[in-house]
Amino acid sequence: MRRLPPVAITAIVFVVGFALCTAQFPNFASTRVAANLLTDNAFLGIVATGMTFVIISGGIDLSVGSVIGFTTVFVALAIERLGVPPLVAFAAILLLCAAFGAAMGAIIHVFDMPPFIVTLAGMFLARGASFLMSTESTPISAPLYSTVSDFALRLPGGGRLTSIALIMLAVVAAGAVLLHFTRFGANVYALGGSRATTALMGIPVGSMTVRIYMLSSVLAGLAGIVFSFYTAAGYSLSAVGVELDSIATVVIGGTLLTGGQGSVVGTLLGVLIQGLIQTYINFDGTLSSWWTKIVTGILLFAFIALQQAMLGIARRAGPRKAGVLKS
Amino acid sequence: MTSKALLAATALVAITLSLPATAAELTVGFSQIGSESGWRAAETSVSKSEAAKRKVTLKIADAQQKQENQIKAIRSFIAQGVDAIFLAPVVSSGWDAVLKEAKEAKIPVVLLDRDIDPSGKELYLTAVTSDSVHEGAVAGEWLAKTVAGKACNVVELQGTVGASVATNRKKGFDGVVAKNANLKVVRSQTGDFTRAKGKEVMESFIKAEGGGKNICAVYAHNDDMMVGAIQAMKEAGLKPGKDVLTVSIDAVPDIFKAIAAGEANATVELTPNMAGPALDAIMAYKAKGTVPPKWIQTESKLYTAADDPQKIYDSKKGLGY
Repeated sequence: MRRLPPVAITAIVFVVGFALCTAQFPNFASTRVAANLLTDNAFLGIVATGMTFVIISGGIDLSVGSVIGFTTVFVALAIERLGVPPLVAFAAILLLCAAFGAAMGAIIHVFDMPPFIVTLAGMFLARGASFLMSTESTPISAPLYSTVSDFALRLPGGGRLTSIALIMLAVVAAGAVLLHFTRFGANVYALGGSRATTALMGIPVGSMTVRIYMLSSVLAGLAGIVFSFYTAAGYSLSAVGVELDSIATVVIGGTLLTGGQGSVVGTLLGVLIQGLIQTYINFDGTLSSWWTKIVTGILLFAFIALQQAMLGIARRAGPRKAGVLKS
Repeated sequence: MTSKALLAATALVAITLSLPATAAELTVGFSQIGSESGWRAAETSVSKSEAAKRKVTLKIADAQQKQENQIKAIRSFIAQGVDAIFLAPVVSSGWDAVLKEAKEAKIPVVLLDRDIDPSGKELYLTAVTSDSVHEGAVAGEWLAKTVAGKACNVVELQGTVGASVATNRKKGFDGVVAKNANLKVVRSQTGDFTRAKGKEVMESFIKAEGGGKNICAVYAHNDDMMVGAIQAMKEAGLKPGKDVLTVSIDAVPDIFKAIAAGEANATVELTPNMAGPALDAIMAYKAKGTVPPKWIQTESKLYTAADDPQKIYDSKKGLGY
């Protein structure tokens, strides 16, 4: 119990933050605010779940924000201009995203390229393609969209647990099971620990890499669909910079940026902390909205410093423990 | 039981802590697009002062040009239980769901400066915007009155192609030209709303019109292009404001400097005070239930050298333009 896991620290930060906000604003501790936190950050939660897998495996995926933007435009144009049924459009875009992610993973593995560069190229590609399709915001008026956005579990106190919040929670739950209770998940951790050792253990590094980036891109696609529900429109400028938000979220959630350690639950807490900061600034109403970025930056620094410190303690603690055993 | 008690205790603490903040009569949340242009920054600072004048607490959320941030801000305003929400929408579509939530929570929404898609008509109380067709017409009427029947060749600097503001300002001006046989738009080209492009296009107009001798007046869709055009005219040895009449739209501080120097003649104001009429409408609505008209048109006021341009420049330059 002496060593607090990073995810516990994240949880404490969130609870303390929420308590402080509640102390200042009477309306803060309501189901409305809690439900808003989940709804407003649904797309971030979904995309950050994918990013958690990528970062634990020792990689990074910079393309996700652009993939969200691309998805919203693709879905909007397919439904509104071409008259494709929404569900068919969703299936098509998720397949397209899977192929896109698989291609990035394959390039990373086959040419032994840094994920940073490959996914950066992916980011430009996806954003450029979405601008090519349309530069204007295209509203989506399909009946499915109003059905989905009208559906919500009403909580006592006026809160609405919307369908997109439920989708996000489902993705987080499924992601947690996949990461913590399956062989695929175990291999992700192994890959982040050491690629060479993983290969020696007989784990197919190539197919793992492909599948991890595929997962990230598919979740980014799903986040894009959720985003299109959120705004009922497709816009090539949507979700600019979300890749960086989601990386920050994952790190604040206690995942080691160098890979090998982390959890999906931590990421969800990271999402909620970011949402909390934004909500606080909105409640206050006089602070510049850029404070969100500043506080996120400070938290990010704090968590990276914490991780380094803990790694240091772990290294020093190792030999000492051995000494104790000997005596 | 215990959790309930805890909740009650927190609520109590929270209420005592927040008492001073609820002293003002009304609280209004304003979801602003961002601060991309000088006009936008001026709108934000004027909104603050207009709210302070009426003792209304104004909470401003700057969305950094992102619709998702605006939706989040509106949701958070609903959660806070504000008395009204002002929205300057960054795009026209995608507001139905969140505005429905506001309507359910019985919080009136007022649109500022821009309109949204017709599907959302029922979801807001009123929209405070300027009429850009009317702005063009005001500019045209000033010119028609000033030349008083004499033949006048006008060159026109258009805004960004396809921008609704540019299309409308052209339409309004053309409407006046069509009614006055002495006015004639001889050349019309886009200057992209920028100073640099305005200057460049004006230079080519001057060359094409015999060194500018045939140009009687310049009409620019915004002041920035006019400032560039004035530069071009001065470099070509013309006297803008005397040889060539100028009229443009927006009323940014720099054009008042030019008017004060006698280098420009007139500007039509796109007022940054959208919040003032919106606040008046909300206060009347809250106090007496007066439902305002669906569209509140802001005044498109014309300014010339007769309006003490130096004084207006001084009052406007601190607004963040």
